[in-house]
Amino acid sequence: MISIDLIQKTAEILMDKAAIEIPDDYLSGLKEAAHVEDGDLSSFVLQAMLENYEAAKEDRRAMCGDTGTPRWYVKMGNETQVEGGPIALEAALRRATANATNGVPLRPNRVHPLWRTDHNNNVGIGAPEIEYGYEPGGEWIDLITVHKGGLFGTDYRMLFPSDGIQGIKRFYLDSLVAFGKRGLACQPAIIGIGLGGCKDTCMVLGKRAACLRTVGDRNSDPKIAELELELKELGNSIGMGAMGFVGKSMVIDTHIEVGYCHTGGMQMSVHAFCLSSRRAVARVFADGRVEYRTDPEWFTDYQRRETVEWELPNQEKSA
Amino acid sequence: MGTAKPREIRLSTTPTPEALAELKLGDVVYLDGLIYTAREGVYMRALEGNANIPMELPRDSATNFHCSPAARINPDGSFEMGAVTATASFRFAKWLPDWFAKSGAKLIIGKGGMTSKDYKEYFVPNGAIYLSTVGYGTGALLGRGIEKVEAVHWNEELGLAQAMWVIKCNKMGPFIVASDMNGDCLFERENAKIAKNLKRVYEGTRPATLKRFGETDDKSDELI
Repeated sequence: MISIDLIQKTAEILMDKAAIEIPDDYLSGLKEAAHVEDGDLSSFVLQAMLENYEAAKEDRRAMCGDTGTPRWYVKMGNETQVEGGPIALEAALRRATANATNGVPLRPNRVHPLWRTDHNNNVGIGAPEIEYGYEPGGEWIDLITVHKGGLFGTDYRMLFPSDGIQGIKRFYLDSLVAFGKRGLACQPAIIGIGLGGCKDTCMVLGKRAACLRTVGDRNSDPKIAELELELKELGNSIGMGAMGFVGKSMVIDTHIEVGYCHTGGMQMSVHAFCLSSRRAVARVFADGRVEYRTDPEWFTDYQRRETVEWELPNQEKSA
Repeated sequence: MGTAKPREIRLSTTPTPEALAELKLGDVVYLDGLIYTAREGVYMRALEGNANIPMELPRDSATNFHCSPAARINPDGSFEMGAVTATASFRFAKWLPDWFAKSGAKLIIGKGGMTSKDYKEYFVPNGAIYLSTVGYGTGALLGRGIEKVEAVHWNEELGLAQAMWVIKCNKMGPFIVASDMNGDCLFERENAKIAKNLKRVYEGTRPATLKRFGETDDKSDELI
């Protein structure tokens, strides 16, 4: 049984870490981009961002004034039990979100879409989002918070098998060029692409590809991994850098996630996780241990399974 | 790394016409003095609701920041402001002519700039300049430029994110000069340079089989 108080306390620490500490994988990626960038204005911008991350950590203040729309991804091992059950878990995550909004402080970004009601705590109808995943075996819970910025850089399109890779490249470029101008996408970004699924799952896959995989991580399908690298290079060949200034750094990495789709279609979504690629993760165990990390490790073989039954790899070997 | 460093300038938030005329596209600016945040909530209340603006403008400040800070109001009435970052300005264009008339603003700070048409029609006749934040998201650096949060107005009516925050700045920056007294636009200048390369980048791609209403295939176009 995992303590609910420990979950809430850990969640509050994660909110603080996500808002303030840029993850190391993104930071290394950006430093590399700054190294090869030769546009004068773009270089200035990247340098200012690197200084900004330092300032945020030194002062313990949010790295960006737009602290995004905080959300939670929760993953559990198959043997996990949470004290008070799933209702208590959701209440703890909502409390942590509200407390951290006031504590860090974060910007209270969440309002009612029509009445613009603002509870000043980032909690409301459907906010924060809480999504779940499960893994075979284990008694632990992973708490992952993502503070993604909100308004630009994301798009969806129904493509068809006949559009092929050429059509994928076209829509990818369209999204980067359209939202890259004036830097609306706050690039250079981690670009997540969802392919297939249904319209809603395609969006979910693309968002998770952007937010739940680290810079340098490759899809386990070698051909998809190759396409990821090709698209990364394509994005950086546009001639556009930070803020839409002339430059080379548009993409820090490109991640693709796929889901089986309607036989006639090839749904595609594009998401941009910005210069403040904010995520923080902790694994909480039943014995009270907490391990903090920045890699969500979301896309395991189990999450990408394509068979009816799932057997653990060691069981496969002995069979 | 690019080598040419941009020119750095200290500027008052109630700048003289001479100081504004000096600014060139791409200059980097640091601000001293009072600024206020105003975005759709403040514009609607002041311009459409005709509420009295709770400051003496432009005497107190001629600098309007399109911003919602990451901030809280403490129980004793004091303020805690961490990071400040701009929001995209293009969607506020429709309020600007009236806002300039009412506020006498000389500097508009935001994200992404506005169009050269907006600059020529609204900014130049009012002797105003657009400054862009950098990044985007140098929220912590800008936060360091806050000397004091002087006040927050209309918090009850508009909420923390849309309220009118009044901030005393000491070398707050960096900002980039994105318009000038000719009404030229830094972002459009950069777009034009990048557009020359786009045909080559798009080689080997194909337009989607299923079209969308209103779609353009002119990649030099903008969405704003």
